[in-house]
Amino acid sequence: MEGEPAVARAPTARKSDAIVTHKPRTDMATRAEREKARRIRDAQQAYGRGKQINTKQIKDKKLRRNLKQLEAKYQSATLRAKDAEILLENTSGFLEAEGELERTYKVQQDEIVANVAVETAKKRFELKLDQLGPYLCDYSRNGRELLLGGRKGHVATMDWREGKLGCEIQLGETVRDVKWLHNNQFFAVAQKKYVYIYDRNGVEIHCLRKHSEVTHMEFLPYHFLLATMNTGGVLKYQDTSTGQIVAELPSRLGPPTSLTHNPYNAIIHAGHQNGTVTLWSPNSAEPLVKLLAHRGPVRGVAVDREGRYMVSAGQDARMAVWDIRMFKEVNTYSTYTPASSLAISDTGLTAVGWGTSTTIWKGLFDKNLAEQQQRQSHPYMKWGREGKTVERVRWCPFEDVLGIGHDKGFSSIIVPGAGEANFDAFEANPFETAKQRQETEVKGLLNKLAPEMIALDPNFVGNVDLRSDAQRRAERDLDAKPVDVAEEIRNRARGKNGALKKYLRKQRKRNIIDEKRLRVDELWKEQQKKNDKKRKEVEEDLGPALSRFAKKE
Amino acid sequence: MKIKAISRSVSAIQPPGTDAVKQPRNLDSAVHPFERAREYKRALNAVKLERMHAAPFIAQLGRGHVDGVYSIAKDPNSLERFASGSGDGVVKVWDLATRDEVWQASAHENIVKGLEWTRDRKLLTCAADRTVKLFDPYNPASGSAPISSWLGSGAFTSLSHHRSRNAFAASSSVISVYDLERHTAAPEVLRWPTSTDTITSVAFNHVETSVLASCSSDRGIVIYDLRTGTAVAKTVLTFACNRVAWSPMEAFNFAAASEDHNVYLFDMRKMDRARNVLKGHVAAVMDVEFSPTGEELVSASWDRTIRLWHRDRGHSRDMYHTKRMQRVLSAKWTPDAKYILSGSDDGNVRLWRANASQRQGVKSTRQRQALEYNDALVKRYGHMPEINRIRRHRHMPKVVKKAAEIKNEELKSIKRREENERKHSSKQFQARKSEREKMVLAQEK
Repeated sequence: MEGEPAVARAPTARKSDAIVTHKPRTDMATRAEREKARRIRDAQQAYGRGKQINTKQIKDKKLRRNLKQLEAKYQSATLRAKDAEILLENTSGFLEAEGELERTYKVQQDEIVANVAVETAKKRFELKLDQLGPYLCDYSRNGRELLLGGRKGHVATMDWREGKLGCEIQLGETVRDVKWLHNNQFFAVAQKKYVYIYDRNGVEIHCLRKHSEVTHMEFLPYHFLLATMNTGGVLKYQDTSTGQIVAELPSRLGPPTSLTHNPYNAIIHAGHQNGTVTLWSPNSAEPLVKLLAHRGPVRGVAVDREGRYMVSAGQDARMAVWDIRMFKEVNTYSTYTPASSLAISDTGLTAVGWGTSTTIWKGLFDKNLAEQQQRQSHPYMKWGREGKTVERVRWCPFEDVLGIGHDKGFSSIIVPGAGEANFDAFEANPFETAKQRQETEVKGLLNKLAPEMIALDPNFVGNVDLRSDAQRRAERDLDAKPVDVAEEIRNRARGKNGALKKYLRKQRKRNIIDEKRLRVDELWKEQQKKNDKKRKEVEEDLGPALSRFAKKE
Repeated sequence: MKIKAISRSVSAIQPPGTDAVKQPRNLDSAVHPFERAREYKRALNAVKLERMHAAPFIAQLGRGHVDGVYSIAKDPNSLERFASGSGDGVVKVWDLATRDEVWQASAHENIVKGLEWTRDRKLLTCAADRTVKLFDPYNPASGSAPISSWLGSGAFTSLSHHRSRNAFAASSSVISVYDLERHTAAPEVLRWPTSTDTITSVAFNHVETSVLASCSSDRGIVIYDLRTGTAVAKTVLTFACNRVAWSPMEAFNFAAASEDHNVYLFDMRKMDRARNVLKGHVAAVMDVEFSPTGEELVSASWDRTIRLWHRDRGHSRDMYHTKRMQRVLSAKWTPDAKYILSGSDDGNVRLWRANASQRQGVKSTRQRQALEYNDALVKRYGHMPEINRIRRHRHMPKVVKKAAEIKNEELKSIKRREENERKHSSKQFQARKSEREKMVLAQEK
């Protein structure tokens, strides 16, 4: 109550000549109105769908009314979603230093195990499998089942919380990658020659002969697409519900060094030997984006679940954080030895496995900040130095658990604050029954998204096509002459000379190199050369003493 | 060091002793990726499901008539009784609950042109034999003999009952308003002074109760006022109309079913242009009626189809046809706006759903919510070409499709000819007439 009069006090009431720090309120809004505005603002920030449409400017009455209704609906939906927060049952975990001298990265697993609930403590375990290692691991979508694949042909699934073995098979040939499909009934294994699909009992169901010598696999659960990349660098998409090969895209960059998918827009990110990360959709034969991330092979790529940030790690022993909305580097970190694997959890914790240890970073990026912070000086947690060379790190969905596959087997460690505390039973339910799983599968298949819907901006679906009819027809016409970039830029020009310069000035800021940009750079160089030549001629004309007065372009 | 890690117990999700499973939600958009795309996909599924479940035809009633069904009349006091009159002069009364005939009479020598229920549940019929007869179908003891009859001066073509008074209007070449309470009194006669042609249809306005509209074979639509006992205005169209029907909600709006294949919606205060033109039929429209809500219309056509329209849209919402249905001569909404009744030249009275994919009966809350959600999705993504295409797709009889193609071709050629004429004559200085005022030929007052 003491704070309130400070706001309401009139400026005349002050006794001394000290500067009044509080701003007198000039708007006539009542307390209730301000409360309401704040509530709407908060809800909008957490659950909003972008900027509102200004309906006052719309002249068409019918359209205005419709849009007004729509906006009102959106607002009530966001407010209700905000209000429904009260129903969330769980809060996420944390690991906080209490004094100045404590450091979270010094906390050992034993200490955590001693301090958490018994149920949770059970989630810390080690599997000693030192014969057929190094081990790859993958959690199913709801985090209930674990899939392990040893390089020398040992594949096993388990309900890791109950410690129950699902199936165990000895394949007798190299296993390069393992992946759960849409639920815990099927998994894919990339073996020496082909990719095989097994059911939960370890019975081979399919041999995908179209996918040969696959080194990396990804599964897009909403599109039911299995994306594989092989030693030849060819990215293949196969629909696992119909069996159709959707796309075969040669990257022409040699064998890939890492592969991941962006859960926000289902774009595949592939890291290559030459330090580039390429972004792929099944709808384009060329990569959508080529990003030069490292000097040397890209060892690991991971994307956060909202598709805003990418973390990549390379042979140059660096780990870089990228803003993939602008393709800008946010920060770089050192990994001492080249990293082997990367993973980002639901809450944005980044686990990076390098050498025999794993480092977990917190706050590499923050979605609520416009400008990212200074680089973190210390990691959040550390694990390792026990002589186990890390092969792969994976976060368990909806749990504070990190799975680490290494050459001595598999370790499950507890990382407080890593998992999404509140799951949505209609998306992925860790406690689902068989009936629910079946229903989810049917619903998922009914609502399977078409591969054509994959794009950098997934919200383009449902938008009105604003291109003119002529434009659309021109795009459909394959025999049309390619647009000359130089001509296009020149046509856009207002002044005589400035168009190219202006274009480059703007493009250089954005650090996006596409075909157009390359062509423009070429043009720019040509122009520079011409100017240089001209200047030299003028300088020669003027002679050595006066040459410095020659006009510079 | 403060340490806390997530711990969920199975018993929290499924408390022991119950088999009801908790399904917690989290509305954070990060947990629900591809929101737009998934919603679109669901909308696509919804619109496909809607078309899959479209089964408009329910049944035909009883064994129908021997001759074509020329007129249908609903009992305004009942949801289940209605009467139909056929080409051989037989009138039948039907019960919708049993879908069977409850009463019949051979009322006239030839086509029963008009049928109307009185407020005390008696049935009026008229025909070209210059008589209007009154029957009592609710009292089967009376048999099939008429209670009373009126002999007019000309062949009657249509009947319409007053909303509240015990009076009805019958049209021949004039409109005669009979008072049911004063049986022997001479009828009040309404006519346009210069008009001598047959009036094909007359209709009392049921909101502004003393206003009548009629259409006649001289292509005119005339508005009468009973209070002054005069005809108020006449509008001549390019083609004759077969039926006029007032909107039950808006006193001034009425629909006219025209011989030129269109239905015109007029505002009686402003007859120089139509409020809307409903295009779609490929032959003369024989009957039209507003739904009880005034939002929708049903029209019956000579092209063997029934079309349902929204008042504000130019294209029909739905088209109903069956292989055996011949020229449709009459179509009516049931008073609860859920069904359509149609009478056709093949003598059958058919019952249709007003909304082809809707099913009656009690639905569980979940089912109702799912249907509502589907509707909302289809509405939300209705602008997408794929969804719009599926939603609009109807199977058309080959004849109708061909006729539509030919008609389209002809209209195009007429238009082309007109445009060419415009280019090279003084017509180019005249403004083009809009489609809504093209058919208005003249107005008289």
